[in-house]
Amino acid sequence: MAAPAAPARPRLGVFKFASCDGCQLTLLDCEDELLPLSAEVEIAHFVEASSDIQPGPYDLSLVEGSVSTPEHLERIRRIRAESRYLVTIGACATAGGVQALRNYADAEEFRAAVYAQPEYIETLATSTPIEAHVPVDLELRGCPIDRGQLVEVITAFLADRRPDIPNHSVCFACKRRGTPCLPVSRGIPCLGPATHAGCGALCPAYGRGCYGCFGPSGSTNMPAMIPLLRSDGMSDEDVLRLLHTFNVNDFTAIEPEREHEVEPGTKLPGEPR
Amino acid sequence: MASATAPPAAGDTACVLDRDGMGALVRELRARGRTVIGPTVRDDAIVLAKLESAEELPYGWGVEHEAGYYRVRRRPDGAAFAHSAGPQSWKSFLHPERVRQWAADRGPDGEMTVRPERDEPPSFAFLGVRPCDLRAIQIQDRVMIGGPHRDATYGARRGGAFLIVVECTEPGATCFCVSMDTGPAARPGYDLALTEVVDEAGHRFLARAGTDEGAEILAALPRRPADDLTRTRAREDVEAAAGRMGRTMPEVDLRALLAGTLDAERWNDVAARCLTCGNCTMACPTCFCTTTEDVTDLTGDHAERWRRWESCYDLDFTHLPGGSVRGSGRSRYRQWLTHKLGTWWDQFDSSGCVGCGRCIVWCPVGIDITEEAHALHQESLDGQAGTEDGRP
Ligand code: SF4
Ligand code: SF4
Ligand code: SF4
Ligand code: SF4
Repeated sequence: MAAPAAPARPRLGVFKFASCDGCQLTLLDCEDELLPLSAEVEIAHFVEASSDIQPGPYDLSLVEGSVSTPEHLERIRRIRAESRYLVTIGACATAGGVQALRNYADAEEFRAAVYAQPEYIETLATSTPIEAHVPVDLELRGCPIDRGQLVEVITAFLADRRPDIPNHSVCFACKRRGTPCLPVSRGIPCLGPATHAGCGALCPAYGRGCYGCFGPSGSTNMPAMIPLLRSDGMSDEDVLRLLHTFNVNDFTAIEPEREHEVEPGTKLPGEPR
Repeated sequence: MASATAPPAAGDTACVLDRDGMGALVRELRARGRTVIGPTVRDDAIVLAKLESAEELPYGWGVEHEAGYYRVRRRPDGAAFAHSAGPQSWKSFLHPERVRQWAADRGPDGEMTVRPERDEPPSFAFLGVRPCDLRAIQIQDRVMIGGPHRDATYGARRGGAFLIVVECTEPGATCFCVSMDTGPAARPGYDLALTEVVDEAGHRFLARAGTDEGAEILAALPRRPADDLTRTRAREDVEAAAGRMGRTMPEVDLRALLAGTLDAERWNDVAARCLTCGNCTMACPTCFCTTTEDVTDLTGDHAERWRRWESCYDLDFTHLPGGSVRGSGRSRYRQWLTHKLGTWWDQFDSSGCVGCGRCIVWCPVGIDITEEAHALHQESLDGQAGTEDGRP
């Protein structure tokens, strides 16, 4: 009797849309895990790491970047169709990224101002998260994502268990870490109470207020959050700048002065202001 | 109010330690193999940390508190224990924020081996436990090891811990231990009790033992017999502290108040201010909730079960198929307050609040448990709290 064939390893794909590659680098940064990972999965598509590009289907696809060009619209549908699980990684993929600032301005003007030969640039008027276009199985927040969370997603996928990616605020992690709260003990403005956990409350541990790079938590109260930032010394302009960075789309969706009837975290296709 | 200390185990052990005596106390505890944890200034706060020597105590530091506000301040009198409501509590050591519970390995033959975690905690000595904190430890004892399911991690840490209570002579603006009947004098349950006295006769500590081990340690220290002046001053300072509480609770049956105000309008008011950030529960010395965390490695041959602190402000806390049972901020704030002041009685036969004030200080937006209780009381007096549906 012939020996049974070795079971096929699950196939991993890593894909990039409009982004800086920082989140994919987080995967390359998992030095201790990379070798054992390549024993457990077939790295079928990861342009950043290897020029050996395999066609789909993929069992787990990690998608970085936002949908920003007409070509992206078609490509994300194809990747979704070829993927058993699709996980978006990083603020560009989960919220549209910092490039979604153009959703609140005139994209044409940006194009003319930024590029020497704007006629070569073909772009959509908005930068939108992957989830605005195709169903997503899990969003991994952060700019960039957290290494530990990425390993958690991959090991959970391999063990066929639910990944432990809490939806609560940075304060949970901050208290567990034992950092004396910055707004309380030093009057430093901190967006932690409204920000999604995942970083391990890194910035407050170094005396710097959270600036929301993981986007809104699952339970925010911006009409109470903004006065706290103001009372810790931020001007209205500072608050606007704080909220309008990597996760501008998601924070804009829950800003109190905008009278949207939306649930926190809802993906809005960027509407011009 | 006289300081209601336990009768010393071995006769009247009352004696006076000076600053050198405090240094000797820490040395003696360390010589006996204890890990001494006490207050020290770090990160612009008086935190609890491992002490190598008594010189790390916050001599000459105090704190200024308000709701959502904490600042360390220099004190001219050089006192070491004239502070309250720090950012952590002793639960950080007795009920750590994250512990492994077991690990499992799958061998080449597919056989599973499960190894329960054996926590080998240090033998702690806690220096500077406030009377309200002692009560909080006793409340956690009831929760963690006082029922049919003993928690081994807590039990091992607590069992060996040596508790040195320091009575309060300088209550904070957010303290209300008198309302909760937990301080500012030391109640039974300590190994040693100290009262810090600073006056024209010098900086000293009135010490007495509550256990044989406490008496043994005192006997090993440079000390002098307790004189009348020190005894009187210590008693007066603690009595004066009882009259200087920054906060009070309404003088009503709080359990009945909470049970009768479940539909109060006030919950909407506080929900509009609450960030649902969870800081109050994490800072509270009695909150004990945890969740589990399963970790697997890439091969799938190694798995671990951890538990970590969790809070009823987390949407996941009541997540069921179909969503969170307590989806609104209103229902989550109400869960916290009714548990602390009301349903804790049903569950553990005591209050879940000891009046330490931490939740008030460490709430970034300064939501005040006493103010909320007063407002609920006022609303119930005004007859606006609807309980028509007959719910308890
Ligand atoms: S420092 Fe920031 S993240 Fe930490 S508890 Fe305070 S508000 Fe929350
Ligand atoms: S509820 Fe607040 S005041 Fe009461 S014990 Fe907890 S932290 Fe202290
Ligand atoms: S108040 Fe909330 S976190 Fe605290 S013990 Fe009760 S349910 Fe747990
Ligand atoms: S009461 Fe304060 S500390 Fe507690 S969850 Fe609400 S905002 Fe956070």
